[in-house]
Amino acid sequence: MSRLGSPDNPLLVAVVGSGPSGFYATEALIKSGVKTRINMFERLPVPYGLVRSGVAPDHPKLKQAIKVYAKIAEAKEYNYLGNVTVGTAISVEELRTTHHAVIFTCGAETDRRLGIPGEDLPGSYTATEFVGWYNGHPDYRNRKFDLSHETAVIIGQGNVAADVSRILAKTVDELKHTDIAGHALEALATSKIKNIHVIGRRGPAQAKFTSKELKEFGGLADCDPVIDKNELALNPESEVELADKTNAGNKKIYELFSGFADREATTDRKCIFTFLKSPKEVSGNGRVESVLLEKNTLSGEPFRQSARGGGDTFSIDAGIVFRSIGYHGIAMPGVPFDEARGVFANVKGRVVKDGEVDPGLYAAGWIKRGPTGIIGTNRADSVETVKSLLEDLDKLDTGEDKPGAAGCYEILDRRNIRHVNFSDWKKIDACEVERGQAAGKPREKYTSVPEMLALLD
Amino acid sequence: MTTIVTDNCKDCRYTDCVTVCPVECFHYDEQMLYIDPEVCIDCSACLPECPVQAIYEEDDLPEDKYEWIEINAQKSRELPVCADTMEPLPGADEKKAALGF
Ligand SMILES: Cc1cc2nc3c(=O)[nH]c(=O)nc-3n(C[C@H](O)[C@H](O)[C@H](O)COP(=O)(O)OP(=O)(O)OC[C@H]3O[C@@H](n4cnc5c(N)ncnc54)[C@H](O)[C@@H]3O)c2cc1C
Ligand code: SF4
Ligand code: SF4
Repeated sequence: MSRLGSPDNPLLVAVVGSGPSGFYATEALIKSGVKTRINMFERLPVPYGLVRSGVAPDHPKLKQAIKVYAKIAEAKEYNYLGNVTVGTAISVEELRTTHHAVIFTCGAETDRRLGIPGEDLPGSYTATEFVGWYNGHPDYRNRKFDLSHETAVIIGQGNVAADVSRILAKTVDELKHTDIAGHALEALATSKIKNIHVIGRRGPAQAKFTSKELKEFGGLADCDPVIDKNELALNPESEVELADKTNAGNKKIYELFSGFADREATTDRKCIFTFLKSPKEVSGNGRVESVLLEKNTLSGEPFRQSARGGGDTFSIDAGIVFRSIGYHGIAMPGVPFDEARGVFANVKGRVVKDGEVDPGLYAAGWIKRGPTGIIGTNRADSVETVKSLLEDLDKLDTGEDKPGAAGCYEILDRRNIRHVNFSDWKKIDACEVERGQAAGKPREKYTSVPEMLALLD
Repeated sequence: MTTIVTDNCKDCRYTDCVTVCPVECFHYDEQMLYIDPEVCIDCSACLPECPVQAIYEEDDLPEDKYEWIEINAQKSRELPVCADTMEPLPGADEKKAALGF
């Protein structure tokens, strides 16, 4: 038989997940010059992963990344199988027998836990749930968030925490022309939240916000950013960090914090940034009533400082808590999982079992490197993985005639599993856009899978 | 709002920025790169990648570099897209050192 990757023996690749890393892996394969066919599996009928359901609705420009993905999807090498969950509807083993290689780009879909008492009390939520809810993700559409209290506590100081805080801080007028889910807009309209505490474990010189996200807090219609000047005190090591020329980002953030501390708050709603505190306990009688915080100090060399509790505690009365301390991957049957890091163990994208590479299985994006980095980070990351895969061409299992897509359709049809293709998605897309027009929104998402599928009948 | 490449990139062209751009909006000539403001989605991915801090968000652009807004817009319209890493130009490391990075 002719060489794998030649015109009459194309490289058949299954890509699991339709977020940025799935599309950048697809793009890299298509551009490589190797003849290839890509079948992309997505558990929802709708594609684009966290660009659709993570990136905040009030950041529409960022969502334009999907234009690039829609263009990649037009390639003749590409095929979309939506509404197919790998691991249940079709197994990893079945993907291996029908394809030469599998690239997992299934993201990190659950939350890291705080591991403190009261974490699961009613009124204590994960950022994932809240973000999924306001973005209309089918898994979270039925969640209820009790917004009837005046004080909310957000644990974490990264960009997801910034999104959650900003959505709570914005008025309905600031949100109503975005693609925020209708149910979320309705619920937020009744919100009584006035004080939004954003709590960071480390100091103001180490916050993980980007300056662009932080800057937005200075321009909200009805909410002021508030910082107690004492919170901005720096230890000598942090001063060294901020003086370092290569650390321009954190210096910028510190300047923004200083600007917030100098402001006079004029609005009723406040977003209060607090540093060097860790949550010790969430407590209340049957639901969240307060959060106990411990004061931290930093120790260690500049850029290697860690925060440690000093035993000094105090509590904030709060009716609602959001934990935003990072995401965690979910294990999949048939793939070695690194439980501690929440990723598929890998070396340069090659999945590794007991220290040995298993040619044929690859990972890219959040499930490869953990939940860090923004949309574009996944491009360089997927390029690296595809490079590893192409270096392995001679080691891949070429078995008996691999059936590719046809083999998968046969398996899915036998199980009566409805799969949708990219034209189906385009129909759903058009319906969403049309539905949104009436309300002056770029789209009104369908938030349940049966609803989406009904559009195709 | 847009994102702008400035003169620090000249004669250096480390293309670390390009590998993380989600929308391929960098363009290049023999000297440096330029960002197409019509395509850039202001995601900030490229900023921390640049070893010589040549890239600015428009809001943060120092006044003496304002001319680069127009230069980026114009050059990107005329020049080819840079989608992958390229060899840094000869002398790039020296220029980087001279800029103090
Ligand atoms: C709240 C939030 C806000 C963010 N905001 C920004 C921002 O403003 N700017 C920015 O640049 N980046 C932002 N990011 C980061 C960006 O979204 C991620 O870097 C990127 O989406 C990760 O891409 P991925 O492809 O690895 O994973 P994902 O985007 O999560 O895609 C994974 C896909 O796999 C699918 N999947 C999972 N399991 C299976 C299975 N078993 N079978 C089939 N399919 C499966 C999922 O449904 C999903 O579609 C944000 C992230 C979050 C969480
Ligand atoms: S990384 Fe910086 S110096 Fe290098 S090409 Fe990009 S903008 Fe120019
Ligand atoms: S800001 Fe983002 S989209 Fe714009 S040039 Fe940089 S990486 Fe590309």
